[in-house]
Amino acid sequence: MNMKRRLFLKGTLASTTIALAAGAGLITPQQLLAAWPESAFGAKSVDDAYSAIGGGARTPSDAVMIKAPQIAENGAVVPITVSSTLKGVTRIAILVEKNATPLVALYQLPTGTHPYVSTRIKMGKTSNVIAMIEAEGALYTAEKEVKVTIGGCGG
Amino acid sequence: MSLSRRQFIQLISLAGAAGMLPATASAASRRQGEDLYQTPGFGNVSLLHITDTHAQLNPIYFREPSVNLGLGRAKGKAPHLVGEALLHHFGIAAGTPEAHAFTYLGFSEAAQQYGKVGGFAHLATLVKQIRAERGEGNSLLLDGGDTWQGSGTALWTRGKDMVGACNLLGVDVMTGHWEFTYRDSEVLQNINDFNGDFVANNVSLTEDALFDYRFSDFAGYDEDSGHAFKPYTMREVNGVRVAVIGQAFPYTPIANPSRFIPDWTFGIRPEEMQERVDQIREKENPAVVVVISHNGMDVDLKLAEVVSGIDVIFGGHTHDGVPAPIAVSNRGGKTLVTNAGSNGKYLGVMDLDVRGGKVQDFRYRLLPIFSNLLKADAEMQRYIDEVRRPYLGQLNEKLALAEDLLYRRGNFNGTFDQIICDAQRVVGDAEIALSPGFRWGTTVLPGQAITMENLLDQTATTYPETYVREMSGADIKRILEDVLDNLFNPDPFFQQGGDMVRVGGLDYVCEPGATIGSRVSDLTLDSGKKLEATKKYKVAGWATVGSQAPGAPIWEVVAEYLRQQKVAKIEKMNLPKLKGVAGNPGIAA
Repeated sequence: MNMKRRLFLKGTLASTTIALAAGAGLITPQQLLAAWPESAFGAKSVDDAYSAIGGGARTPSDAVMIKAPQIAENGAVVPITVSSTLKGVTRIAILVEKNATPLVALYQLPTGTHPYVSTRIKMGKTSNVIAMIEAEGALYTAEKEVKVTIGGCGG
Repeated sequence: MSLSRRQFIQLISLAGAAGMLPATASAASRRQGEDLYQTPGFGNVSLLHITDTHAQLNPIYFREPSVNLGLGRAKGKAPHLVGEALLHHFGIAAGTPEAHAFTYLGFSEAAQQYGKVGGFAHLATLVKQIRAERGEGNSLLLDGGDTWQGSGTALWTRGKDMVGACNLLGVDVMTGHWEFTYRDSEVLQNINDFNGDFVANNVSLTEDALFDYRFSDFAGYDEDSGHAFKPYTMREVNGVRVAVIGQAFPYTPIANPSRFIPDWTFGIRPEEMQERVDQIREKENPAVVVVISHNGMDVDLKLAEVVSGIDVIFGGHTHDGVPAPIAVSNRGGKTLVTNAGSNGKYLGVMDLDVRGGKVQDFRYRLLPIFSNLLKADAEMQRYIDEVRRPYLGQLNEKLALAEDLLYRRGNFNGTFDQIICDAQRVVGDAEIALSPGFRWGTTVLPGQAITMENLLDQTATTYPETYVREMSGADIKRILEDVLDNLFNPDPFFQQGGDMVRVGGLDYVCEPGATIGSRVSDLTLDSGKKLEATKKYKVAGWATVGSQAPGAPIWEVVAEYLRQQKVAKIEKMNLPKLKGVAGNPGIAA
């Protein structure tokens, strides 16, 4: 929160734009990455997505932090931030349990990268959002429910 | 619900009788009044608090709820106590002015006896009295928001009548909710015109807006942190440094239209509240840290558990008139949580004994504003009369006579809501009507004329447009389930603070303690037919949050109906049959 938020945002948005554009079908998988895990992003369930990105045993961990709204202000653009205090993080995946294709983002982090990603995801309905982090070869997860509501009638 | 003709006549004569006895009644009231407004000084810092006045400049009637259910951990605890349970819990004697102020008990008769409540001129008298008693510079007047909306004149002046009234009243610090339902440029203009500080720690720019913000020259905006408004303010009160942090209504862009304020994003943000408290404690050297909050009381009670270092949360939003604060334990000690009711009915007075750089002790009163017991402040009354004058013709139009007591507040349909739903069904030729479960809206006594002003008190929003459209039975059930989950979700952080959406032409069974998707069952139309999931029904409604509805403003629809009716009668209340709440002290026995 202390860094120049605006400058920082310009940086993060630039990197996540690729994932968003891919999600919207604007960039074909082949264009994006040679090793685009097509089966993972097409997987219809969380378990299938895990298998497709090469999942092993996963440990729920407090060292994985998800920042997400309690109730989404707009289900079409839900801001999600995943960070971690773990060392040696090489991958961060974000999954939305109830989306038709749960895997919404997969980040490969070069060695020495601070594990902190921020993006906006689309959610059709109330669901758990899962963050999975690979650190030194082991997998850790955290989850947080984000509610998508019809809105109105408050006050 | 509908009174029989005989009961009606009896009531009217009772009302008449009460009016015939001003000498004795008012003498008694005066004696009680003198005691009521004796607030002996205590300590050295006084924080006065108003909230959710909903732009009621003049005295009004406001019936407190007979249904205000608390479930799970909240069951049987304040603020989820009504009627006798509330009186018993707070040690208030029945048959006193306070018992009338804090409960619905015998409302129509007691309202005749004690008269109207609130009004900024009467409030101003009490505020001036207490501030004078406490001494110059020894108090602050805090406003929890929902002040610049709720009346015809506030709507027509885009909140400006209230900005003027609050400046006259001397509000020092405020936060907001319905203030954000004007256009963003109007919100900022109102804040610029407001003499005090407008604070909100939990409102920031969306990431998109940060790139090219239209209001980057607004004084409260912080480009580095992204805050749209000043998050807090430091005030010196009687030589004591007091931090006042603002917590605006966290779900404003969900419960109200985001289209008027597209650049701002909200949220409860407990972590940011903790960071803010820690930063203030570390850098600002405060002796007192308070929050003015529009979270709603249940959310505040949870916030006080998870965040430490706050001395008092002055709460609003849920319109709970809670006579005494609730002390919540957290890892830093204790935080007091208050809620100061609505519609200008109350003034909260928190006297703090601050010594050795911290709060040692406190005294709190939530004082009802009885307009018969407090003289109108002449300066404020002049202002009110002047600001209202251009609109009196419209406001004073008598639309119909009220046969029943007409009120809104309560978890399910109030009688005024039923009138609004009935009107929508008749005028829109619809089978079912929906109306939002707002907690504001004043009360009309049986036998009184319903004026356009009364109607606007229930409906004056910046998104009043109506619709009549087809919905499937499944859609209707989904809406009911969704709103019930906003009201009864076991986690307060998911509660948005409104009451249940009001329904006309449809009854249902409701189990508040169930989970989303299974609280509603046995949906039955007034015709006796069961609602079918796949069948389409004609539904009339208003106050759409997503986009502007196509129809006339709701007050035009209801006014048309009332003018035709002449006497507003309620044939049938569409109250749900409740399951699993027997014995809950949050519902009238």
